[in-house]
Order: sequence, then C-alpha cells, then structure tokens
Amino acid sequence: MILKEIAKILEASIIANPENSEIDIHSACSADMMSAVLYYHTPNSLLITSLTQPHVIRTAEIAGIKSIVFVLDKKPDKETIDLAQKKKIPLLSTSFCMYTASGRLFKEGLPGCLDK
Amino acid sequence: MPLNSDKTIEGSFQLVGGNFATAGEASGELKRTLTDLGVAEEIIRRAAIATFEAEINVIIYAAAARLLYFIGPSSIRIRIEDMGPGIENIEQAMQEGYSTAPEWVREMGWGAGMGLPNMKKNSDEFNIESVVGEGTTVEMVLNIP
Repeated sequence: MILKEIAKILEASIIANPENSEIDIHSACSADMMSAVLYYHTPNSLLITSLTQPHVIRTAEIAGIKSIVFVLDKKPDKETIDLAQKKKIPLLSTSFCMYTASGRLFKEGLPGCLDK
Repeated sequence: MPLNSDKTIEGSFQLVGGNFATAGEASGELKRTLTDLGVAEEIIRRAAIATFEAEINVIIYAAAARLLYFIGPSSIRIRIEDMGPGIENIEQAMQEGYSTAPEWVREMGWGAGMGLPNMKKNSDEFNIESVVGEGTTVEMVLNIP
C-alpha cells in the first residue's frame, strides 16, 4: 500500500519527508514497546505508535521500518523530526487512537507484520 | 563470497550508559560498513538489531562499555564488554519477558525483557559471561554464507 493512501485512510498529515509519500508499505505493526518492534522486525513496514522520542526513529531505521504514524495527534519535537529527515523516514500524525488507526488500515488490506 | 576483501575489518566504540540520545550510533555505523561491503540485507538487519539491543542494554544498565566488531569473509563477530552491575542469574535474564529495568526505561518503550533473547535470536552463535559487581561480556557471531 502506497504511503499516500495510508495517510488518506488515517486522515493523517505528513509532518516530515512528504516527498517520500510514494513509498510502498507491505505491512504494519502497532507498538509502544520498542523491544517488540525490534523483536518482530519486518522489512518495508509501517510503525504505528504513540512514542515520539528520537530513539523511535533510530529503532525504525534498524528494524527496516519505512514510515512511522504517531497516533492521538502526537507531534514529535524538532530533534525527532530532524533525525527523521536525515534518515529520510516520512512521519505521519493522525488523531485516531492506535486501535482505530490499525483497524482502518487492516480493513483496507494492509496486513500485520507477522501475518503470512 | 560477498565481501570484496579477504581481510578482516575491525571497528570499536566507546558506549556510555544512561543516555538514550546516542543509542544506535554503533549499530548505525556497523550497518553502513556492512552495506558498503555488499553483505546481504537480511544479515545486515540481524547484525544491526543485535548490536542496537546491546547498545540499549548498556544505556539501561551499565556505566560504560566497549563495543568491538570484526568483519571477516565468512562471519561478523560483535563483542560488547560492559562495566555494569553484572547479571546474577543469566538463565533468568535470557528468558523472554524477564527484566529488571526501572520505570523510566519502560516509559521510553524499553525494558520488556526482550533484549538478550533478541540478540541471541539474531545471532548464529551467542555467548554471555558475567561477574556480579564487575560487568558483562557478550559475544555474537553471524555467519556470512
């Protein structure tokens, strides 16, 4: 699923690297535990989270996550955005909660990271 | 053989405990080095994840650590020697979900008891030695087929 379409489904704004909104996302995971993100890493995936610290970007880079959605209208600080720009990782912000954001994407056909 | 050279490439990092701001610097550099060498993406990701978990463990538990890596034609060896409290019961620490991380660490999304198991999961060989009051040494080997 193209990131631009994901942004539309989540009624999300793209708050960093909008020029990368054409990337293809294969699956998604929803987590606030970064350890779980690293444990169940899947390439070309989307992370749905409510954590906004810079180490979330570093975790994403290491785990093969191509984009991050912050739920509940959470906005990361400048340091996080700067790091995302450096790593070319697009960031999205949606007002939906994690459950609803995940449900909307799943309903539209984006599978979970561990789904076969 | 995926590497362009028969020589072993070495690198080292000094890691400092307590500061999440520097998390990922060592694993990021290792990832770039392996990418430049043309190592397969899946092996790079496993090496980077295992190294990143090690960095996080140093930040959470240790005062400081030394991280060394050796990249040879057929394997990647990563060694982390920390100056930390040591692990009393290694078998327990290796269980998924077991953690002694403090609350501030959990609030940042870490300390779920997945770090050491994930390092082992992503390695082909995993060794851990620890002396309480002195520190812990972890060595991981990833084979390059």
